[in-house]
Amino acid sequence: MRISFISFILILLSQSVYSAAKIEHWQTDQGSSVFFVETKGLPMVDIRVVFDAGSARDQYQQGIASLTSALLDTGAGELSADDIAQRFESVGARFGSGVSKDMAWLSLRSLTDEKLLDKALQTMQAILTKPAFNAADFQREKNRALAGLKHREESPGALASIEFYKVLFKDHPYAHPASGVIETVSGFAVDDLRAFYKQYYVASNARVVIVGELTKQQAIKIANSLLKDLKLGEKPATLPEVKIAKQGISKHIEFPSAQTHVLSGLVGMHRKDKDYLNLYVGNHILGGSGLVSQLFAEVREKRGLAYSAYSYFSPLFRKGSFTMGLQTRNDQTTQAVEVMQNTLKDFVKTGPTEQAVIAAKKNITGGFAMRFDTNSKLISYVSMIGFYQLPLDYLDTFQKRVGAVTAASIKDAFARRVKPELINTITVGGTK
Amino acid sequence: MIFRAIILALICLPITAYSSNVQVHQRVFANGLKVLVKEDHRSPVVVSQIWYKVGSSYEPGGITGISHMLEHMMFKGTEKYPAGEFSRIIAENGGNENAFTGRDYTAYFQTMEKSRLEVSFKLEADRMRGLHLNAAELKKELEVVTEERRMRTDDKPRSKMHEYFMAMAFSNSPYKNPVIGWPSDIANYQLDDLQAWYQLWYAPNNATLVVVGDINADEVFALAEKYFAEIKTSEIKPIKPQAEILQQGIRKTTVKLPAKLPYLIMGYKVPVLNSIENKADAYALEVLAGILDGGSSARLASRLVRGKQIAVSAGAGYNMMSRLPDLFMLDATPAEGKTVFDMEYALKEQVYQLKSELVSADELQRVKAQVLASAVYERDSNFYQAMQLGMLETVGIGWEKVDEYVEKVNQITAQQVRDVARKYLLEDQLNIAYLDPQPIRQQKQTGKVAGGRHAH
Repeated sequence: MRISFISFILILLSQSVYSAAKIEHWQTDQGSSVFFVETKGLPMVDIRVVFDAGSARDQYQQGIASLTSALLDTGAGELSADDIAQRFESVGARFGSGVSKDMAWLSLRSLTDEKLLDKALQTMQAILTKPAFNAADFQREKNRALAGLKHREESPGALASIEFYKVLFKDHPYAHPASGVIETVSGFAVDDLRAFYKQYYVASNARVVIVGELTKQQAIKIANSLLKDLKLGEKPATLPEVKIAKQGISKHIEFPSAQTHVLSGLVGMHRKDKDYLNLYVGNHILGGSGLVSQLFAEVREKRGLAYSAYSYFSPLFRKGSFTMGLQTRNDQTTQAVEVMQNTLKDFVKTGPTEQAVIAAKKNITGGFAMRFDTNSKLISYVSMIGFYQLPLDYLDTFQKRVGAVTAASIKDAFARRVKPELINTITVGGTK
Repeated sequence: MIFRAIILALICLPITAYSSNVQVHQRVFANGLKVLVKEDHRSPVVVSQIWYKVGSSYEPGGITGISHMLEHMMFKGTEKYPAGEFSRIIAENGGNENAFTGRDYTAYFQTMEKSRLEVSFKLEADRMRGLHLNAAELKKELEVVTEERRMRTDDKPRSKMHEYFMAMAFSNSPYKNPVIGWPSDIANYQLDDLQAWYQLWYAPNNATLVVVGDINADEVFALAEKYFAEIKTSEIKPIKPQAEILQQGIRKTTVKLPAKLPYLIMGYKVPVLNSIENKADAYALEVLAGILDGGSSARLASRLVRGKQIAVSAGAGYNMMSRLPDLFMLDATPAEGKTVFDMEYALKEQVYQLKSELVSADELQRVKAQVLASAVYERDSNFYQAMQLGMLETVGIGWEKVDEYVEKVNQITAQQVRDVARKYLLEDQLNIAYLDPQPIRQQKQTGKVAGGRHAH
């Protein structure tokens, strides 16, 4: 029985192993890392410049990384916000910027025709190296950010998420929302943003990721010219480890909504965690595989308690969250939370069945090619690999590493890492 | 001079790139099923979508949302494959799958590694006719859909406001109804209603199968023939037109909900590609929407958000590919100290300017450059390409129009933009909704009684 299972998996694997994208890697003249994948068939390119300048770098100025990022394309050198927008859009290019907990990025999608691409790149280079942080633009963008924060208070789901991270991460820089809170953002001055930019948007802290129909020579030139006027600066200090509480807590926030939003979980794993694959495959079975996960089956398919029910790990530079979530009619919240918790407890206690592990592995390896079948998906993967310094053959070896996971290794990892007594539960909704 | 060169480059390059690899293969089986295949060999994957010509705009009163409810029930098992099997088999084959329902279509899709396409065909063909609807599954799934409605609409002030807005704007067009259905209709679906709806619309002669990916068209046709060609047809009666009566003056409504920010929606009744006499007018309206909201350099962002700084956000949109005449939409969130009435005035002023002055050559060039570039970017995704074909075919425009889009947009002149503004963006055809935010805390006590609950 066992043996036939194993040989079956081997056959499956050998049939579906694709050589994933070939990532080329080098340094710019100033020493910033560049990651490049040449794709063929479409005359377009995606470029990202990524900094260790996410909201984890906010310190007490919660939201400053986010607002700094939002200001970038509102003025650069002699160019106004209108000039910048017109320059990109006249060549059909799309520019964006944003932050997550760990990262800040500038992104560009452009056609590869030289004239069009050059104009887009020149504009991006100005934004990257000469952002103006004009007082008037700052005031406007700050007001817009504050309106966004106010709007967020209409959403029970957003409120639950803010509270959830606060409970999990306490005084760690991962605890607050990336866009900050009204109290901190309203106190920012334009010089605060300038200082943040000056410290973090430097060559020592930059990685460039390029995916598209270009030659390596073109990519080398682009990366060098984009970053050449960036100050060398310094790498920021390593983020502190996340402390794990000894006991989970439950918390309710009253809100006049028809549904209660439930988030439940604990501090999970980091990007290079030794348990990464066991937790990843295990979670796939528990709540990560959409319509066929155990949480989906128990909460929705068997009981009709919610439209969505899921779980996921967010691996970050330091340990991120493990989250289970659902939304349900207020008066059945207790029941839904119980079903969710019991599903987890059973999973941790008994581990997945051999059958479930085989099914999960088939899904993950069989659908492997779909993880990077577009330039958009590919650049996200390559950015992740570059930022967290994962091996360049991360994608190539992924299927093999998934293949090595067993029901026993998942059970062991969950027993050590997802202790039911450490689970925190946040509910936001109406009670009687 | 340089400027001109760029325009030329733009006009030549992407169109060449676009048309070099764009061939769609079509076959229509004797039972009426239309199969569209587009080869894209960039990645060893394939997407398969089946589109049914049915959606909320097909639904009579009393059972609004039933197309969406049936979409949920399509995962609840057939004679051959019991509930859950469909999804389990797709997952085991490495696939992703789901479904979506709109006003004019219901579609099901699987994305798979290319060698697994047959799995998708086998299952999808089976549930086209073999669905086994049962009362116990319906009872549970009704709860799920009701939770979905709470999540998508009831607890989101702007979504709820949009629902009231559409209900006001249309008098007798089925576009007045939400895709998910009205609460009391959802609560009262019977098994028979679903059975009848399934029998009425789920048939090969009411469906389009679209396949895009690293496959060979002939092989796909052969495979499709094996699974779909023998499926029996239905008698599909032409749907009643339900043509919207002429609006005879501006309509306004105020929606009071617990919320933090005021918000404005405006919509002019306009024709769409399907209904418009002069087809170029639809493309001109599309360009007009781009002049207002085609990126950060467009008028609403540069004039209202940045220039006058009276809005924190503002948008415009036109869906030329609706099956029935639709609305040209505008929306705005006022900046601190400004009101929804300031937004209304400012948006109307923008409309007035489009009627009185020609848009500049630069503005027009930017809209066209973005449309041209988008035609290349869109090809990054098999899924999106399949969506375009499926949707155009299903709403009755015909998938062939996908190739014309870039060229037709490119032909639009500043005069045509002014003409359609004058012809269609008329005050008497305007609908407005104001979101009047109520305190979130105060609502708490009264909210309990009203509760947003629905009888089951």
